[in-house]
Amino acid sequence: MRYVLLFAGDQSAFNSMTPEDVQAMYGQIGEWWGKHSAAGTITGGEQLQPPNAATTVRHGNGTGGTTITDGPFIEAKEQIGGFAVVEVDNLDQALDLAKTWPARGTVEVRPTVDMR
Amino acid sequence: MEASAFQDAVTTVFREEASRVVAAIMRSVGDFDLAEEASQDALLEALEAWPREGIPRRPGAWLVTVARRRAIDRIRRSAKLEQRLPLLQTETAGGREPDDRLRLIFTCCHPALSRAAQVALTLRAVLGLTTAEIAAAFLTSETTVAQRIVRAKRKIVDAGIPYGLSDETHLHERLDEVLTVLYLTFNEGYVSAGWETSGRRDVAEDARWLAALVVRLMPREPEPMGLLALMSLHLARWRARFDDAGELVVLRDQDRSLWDRGAIANACALLDAAGAIGRPGRYQLQAAIAACHAEAPTYEATDWAQIVTLYDMLAAHDPSPVVRLNRAIALREIAGPEVALREVDAVALDLDRYHLLHATRAELLTELDHNEDAAAALERALELTLNPAERRLLRRRLETVQRTSHVSRRAG
Repeated sequence: MRYVLLFAGDQSAFNSMTPEDVQAMYGQIGEWWGKHSAAGTITGGEQLQPPNAATTVRHGNGTGGTTITDGPFIEAKEQIGGFAVVEVDNLDQALDLAKTWPARGTVEVRPTVDMR
Repeated sequence: MEASAFQDAVTTVFREEASRVVAAIMRSVGDFDLAEEASQDALLEALEAWPREGIPRRPGAWLVTVARRRAIDRIRRSAKLEQRLPLLQTETAGGREPDDRLRLIFTCCHPALSRAAQVALTLRAVLGLTTAEIAAAFLTSETTVAQRIVRAKRKIVDAGIPYGLSDETHLHERLDEVLTVLYLTFNEGYVSAGWETSGRRDVAEDARWLAALVVRLMPREPEPMGLLALMSLHLARWRARFDDAGELVVLRDQDRSLWDRGAIANACALLDAAGAIGRPGRYQLQAAIAACHAEAPTYEATDWAQIVTLYDMLAAHDPSPVVRLNRAIALREIAGPEVALREVDAVALDLDRYHLLHATRAELLTELDHNEDAAAALERALELTLNPAERRLLRRRLETVQRTSHVSRRAG
């Protein structure tokens, strides 16, 4: 089955980390990502720019047009910072991956719709 | 057969067979939702047919046959499932099928399901309760329970929750989840029973039966034994918990001659057997505490020091504020109300929405002659519980405290 792991975290907590800690964390993420990519488990994914780089387009403002606003679609303490697309046998395996995510924070595990 | 005896016989059969039926159909079709629905169909059909025709000689085989037929009906209605049909038409040769009910239990208690869904699904798929019975047991509507079960089963499919334990390394984590579900179910039955009118199913007994099943299926695991011992110890004191008028009797005032000594001895023996495995855990420790109470000839003769020690060990496994609160209650007996109150106050913020925190504070405050504070704590406790027997007990205490504080104000 295919799942997307959505990595969320608190931007302010991230901002207060020392550069050495940030460096160390990226090192661990790189290692984790490399290992699971090599094993064929991770088949895609991206790290996202921080939420302040986001722009939101909303349809259906009543006039059939759209509105554009600065920022992510939902203002929350925890924001999505990246995602991975993974291929595993079942939810347990996807949860095991999420549990080992080195940047900690919060991980949402969501199955994708099977279009095959 | 008399109606109630017949009902008891059906309950016994359903408890033993329901989960075997789900597991058997599951083995054939590999579709949890279908297996569970077909089994439920068979149980409902039994509830109609058995009062007329009597309980069949081999009720398990009867249920599997009907469930298989219902599964075929359901498959016929769904084109998508057509390829599974041949699987169901091959009847297994007689004799008992392998007991893989544990896989069923682990699936129903998967941590990706909400607690309420785990409980409802376990009661229905493993114990064979009907949706109506679950609704009655948890004082909720049948629609709510039905929706909860439908959603849970949809999630099992959509989210790819595997059947059973997919990875042995998760055994203890997942077993803990199962035991939590059973203990919650037990507590729901234990606390709210006794005041609800007839027709309510004995959920606490159901939960104990499930714990006994897990013990049978996992004989080398000590924690299920601990949980079973704990439930048995609570149930052994059942008759003393309410007086003739249906009022709640607290431990201190219980008539200990009403306790079931045989059941207590059995539970203690089970706990010893669990202890011999040498892997203590929170259910064994809670059962050990319950055993200290159960074995004490009087409230005063209780080994409180031992109980406090056991609570310290329990806190190492389960550092929750509730454990600390209960420890404080025991501590009062050896260190006095002042020390106990300090301990209770330390968790007051964490447990502000827990009525027993306020009830305990009130008792200690009364003992220390702070009657007005005690009254305020009792009022807070009353805001937080809906259980009628508990409410009546709290009201009686509140009246006493108010009378006393009134008298002392006049005197002063």
